[in-house]
Amino acid sequence: MKYVTEFRDGALAAGLAGAIAREVEPGRDYAFMEFCGGHTHAISRYGVADLLPANVRLIHGPGCPVCVLPVGRVDMAIRLALARPEVILCTYADCLRVPASDGLSLLKAKARGADVRMVYSAADALALARREPAREVVFFAIGFETTTPPTALVIRQAAAEDLRNFSVICNHVLTPPAIDGLLSAPAAAGLARPRLDGILGPAHVSVIIGSAPYAFVAERHRTPVVITGFEPLDVMQAVHMLVRQVNEGRAEVENEYTRAVTAEGNRKAQALMADVLALRARFAWRGLGELPASALRIRPAFAAWDAEAKFGLEDRPVPDHRSCECAAILCGAKGPTDCKLFGTVCTPETPMGACMVSSEGACAAHYNYGRFRDLSPVR
Amino acid sequence: MSAAKPAYTRPLDLRHGHVDLGHGAGGRAMSQLIADLFVRAFDNAALARGDDGAVLPAPGPGERLVMATDGHVVSPLFFPGGDIGSLAVHGTVNDLAVMGARPLWLSAGFILEEGFALAELARIVASMAAAARAAGVQVVTGDTKVVEQGKGDGVFITTTGVGALPAGREPGGARARPGDAVLVSGTLGDHGMAILAQRESLAFESQIVSDSAALNGLVEALYAAVPAEAIHVLRDPTRGGLASTVNEIASQSGVGFELDEAAIPVAPQVRAACELLGLDPLNIANEGKLVVVCAADAAEAALAALRAHRLGAAAARIGTVVADERCFVQLRTPLGGRRMVDWLAAEQLPRIC
Repeated sequence: MKYVTEFRDGALAAGLAGAIAREVEPGRDYAFMEFCGGHTHAISRYGVADLLPANVRLIHGPGCPVCVLPVGRVDMAIRLALARPEVILCTYADCLRVPASDGLSLLKAKARGADVRMVYSAADALALARREPAREVVFFAIGFETTTPPTALVIRQAAAEDLRNFSVICNHVLTPPAIDGLLSAPAAAGLARPRLDGILGPAHVSVIIGSAPYAFVAERHRTPVVITGFEPLDVMQAVHMLVRQVNEGRAEVENEYTRAVTAEGNRKAQALMADVLALRARFAWRGLGELPASALRIRPAFAAWDAEAKFGLEDRPVPDHRSCECAAILCGAKGPTDCKLFGTVCTPETPMGACMVSSEGACAAHYNYGRFRDLSPVR
Repeated sequence: MSAAKPAYTRPLDLRHGHVDLGHGAGGRAMSQLIADLFVRAFDNAALARGDDGAVLPAPGPGERLVMATDGHVVSPLFFPGGDIGSLAVHGTVNDLAVMGARPLWLSAGFILEEGFALAELARIVASMAAAARAAGVQVVTGDTKVVEQGKGDGVFITTTGVGALPAGREPGGARARPGDAVLVSGTLGDHGMAILAQRESLAFESQIVSDSAALNGLVEALYAAVPAEAIHVLRDPTRGGLASTVNEIASQSGVGFELDEAAIPVAPQVRAACELLGLDPLNIANEGKLVVVCAADAAEAALAALRAHRLGAAAARIGTVVADERCFVQLRTPLGGRRMVDWLAAEQLPRIC
């Protein structure tokens, strides 16, 4: 596959691994956080950590939209779908299994009679509303800036067509405030801020927002950022660039993903988002706690397509499970195996915490791809 | 009164007719459906007797019987490379074949939905009959039920099969041993992706064709080339794909696996579709692929036998069984790293077979 296989090449990877090994200073530790679930997935899926020197540590960040989705938001969608038989609740596949309150998930609500359907895009949900004029089609929208423009677009299309049986529960969240929250004081009380020597910056998110919005990370937090793609060689190249920044005492925003990311990003998509969506004053992230100006809501001009307004939905926050270490794991202060629940009661089949929910979550990635490293070698 | 005339029955309208509740009620309509459609298509003496069961000859001396059953609810009913009829034959034939048995007879239970077009049913039954002939099995008994409209989805088919297991053949999931070779008979993920590509929301430009096929011929070719005792495990990696199959064998046998990702055959269009949808081909269902775990010294002969067969042209040796009491399946990635291959956690695609 063009533009895919060349970024997974074993020989190139070996060359890069050698370059990184030559670059790192022995006796120095390098802790880099990959922000995105896409990076976490690539690292685990291709075994990138095996190619890095022992003193380069990759910490899985909070950039998995399903993982940081607060339980209260899923509860809200479930209540709506169960209470109103006219509602068809559509969402992405990953959302269906997110554990909510009372042992429910959207998938379990479906088994109890709610009409819950999986869609592959926001446009599919809109098309469903056109096909089913007698039903209320509600799109449960989640994601970072990557999936936000399509949501904004379908809202604008529905408004243009005056399609009144379509509405959206908007759960879109923003990347820069999450990074700021991580690097400032972790919202979860009592957590020491982990030492991060650099951040592997988002790939797809940066295609939309550009590289400029990360300037504060380098300037205010003195932390290097390298925006990088989701292929394993991208990740390795970015690690190499971060090691260099650390060794040279620099803290800059660099862009490894130049084939897709520019400084200013996709202006058209940004304008679309600004037209339809506005900042929420605060939003309670699963694992990270409440972060100011970190999520989006639908503007009052489009209230007819805002399911929260239309159906009078109430967001009742739900605290994370008491023994769950997701907050510390998402901040990089702890690893998956430091959690008592990991691999015992919390597994991909029965996730308790945010990080186990989606395959891009730190715990799920480690459970699915990496846990053979945890146990004693075979006799 | 004049002499009784033979009762006139309107012929079954296989072109424009539809299934109605009468077709499952046990009366004339049902009897006509069975006689004019099923008995005609499956065409064998045991079924033609019209009794409540099939009378069958005992297996040969030293042979044992193997029995397997498989329900089919695939949606859509027709897909590139097959339909629910051929799939219902292949599913059970393959379950018997991977036990080492020669499949002989099938039963077929049909659950039809009121309103289902008889033309489509006839097409499915014809496809089933063709698949059975090709696999060398007979559909010798059956059952028909009709459910009200909205209570089914066209047609569901359950097949049960009986086969004869020749002496000396003992493949089983618990028989993998450290050092054994792991082979697959061809590309992975074709069936699952062919179904997925047909689902309404995901029309792909490329035509991925299901690999649905009867594996008994391939299994016979394997046994002809390799001593029976060298073949330790045979499996067809259906739902959950290769990943689930290998994990099953690992836990049944109490061993681990080391697979080489670069050696695992995947068709380019399947790889591309998986890439697009974020799926792993190792988790995608197959309906005409064989996984063979055999003694290492028999691996070359086994691979050659698979490759010489029309269903095994792309066969490959993909890994080795290792000692690991944790029963982990590990994979060497083309990048040079390692990872685990775990069971599929959730249903990726419902109603794939």
